[in-house]
Amino acid sequence: MATGTEAGTATDTRPDTEQGTDVRAALPWVTLVWNDPINLMSYVTHVFQKLFGYDRAKATKLMLDVHRRGRAVVSTGSREQMEHDVARLHAYGLWATLQQQ
Amino acid sequence: MTGVKRTRRGVVVSFDEVEASLLRHLVGEVRDLLADGEPLPPSGGTGGVLSDAELSALTGLGTDPGDESPTAPSDPALARLLPDGYRDDAEAAGEFRRLTESSLRRDKVSAAERLLDALPLDGAGEVRLDPETTESWLSTINDVRLALGTRLEVTEEMAEPDPEDPDAPAYVVYLWLTELQGVLIEVADG
Repeated sequence: MATGTEAGTATDTRPDTEQGTDVRAALPWVTLVWNDPINLMSYVTHVFQKLFGYDRAKATKLMLDVHRRGRAVVSTGSREQMEHDVARLHAYGLWATLQQQ
Repeated sequence: MTGVKRTRRGVVVSFDEVEASLLRHLVGEVRDLLADGEPLPPSGGTGGVLSDAELSALTGLGTDPGDESPTAPSDPALARLLPDGYRDDAEAAGEFRRLTESSLRRDKVSAAERLLDALPLDGAGEVRLDPETTESWLSTINDVRLALGTRLEVTEEMAEPDPEDPDAPAYVVYLWLTELQGVLIEVADG
């Protein structure tokens, strides 16, 4: 039976929802770069330096992580920042996605 | 092989006639692939302040939910050039694509056109690249490698092509682009 909006129902469910949201919101977002057979190792290193300002040693280490482990976290931050990073990596042709950690 | 050298005034790439026309052809193809079927401009194109897509997003009243959540292109080469932004969340991937795909296409097309405009018009010649143009060329040459490499289904283990393979000529072109890009990065990074 449809009962419309019952005040009791609303107040009962709200605390659970809010708690769930708070826990999720506390987790940072990450940008991942995935290994692919086409992008050159030197190019991936070059892009990490250009886009994130990493020095050559850090960029090379991240590139090797992508190459050997299949993926690496290249940046961490808000969802909006990570969407921006993913878009910039796509412009360079890298295979990047974002997700919550 | 195309020559690439570093000078005080930037990177200089010298092409012979065959290489210049090959690169022109390949970059033109990728430009057309990216420009084809491009969605309408996100705003301003129809005279309104907001596009239909933006209005639908505001009101939540789309004609068909499928229209509001575009998926990756069915052509594998195009899908590789315009990848999903989310891996395990189709809804977020669709929303990300709706917001970013047309500008990604536009940027790639304009970078490709920039390279085409700079190539020697007839036959051989030299092109001087400032640092910003070098970045633009690197991303465009990489886009051609991504499209061609996806079509050829290249793997990390691939070596020399079998001469009997009908794809062998295309693979030789792919290897040439790979070498050109490698040299360009080496010279650019000094």
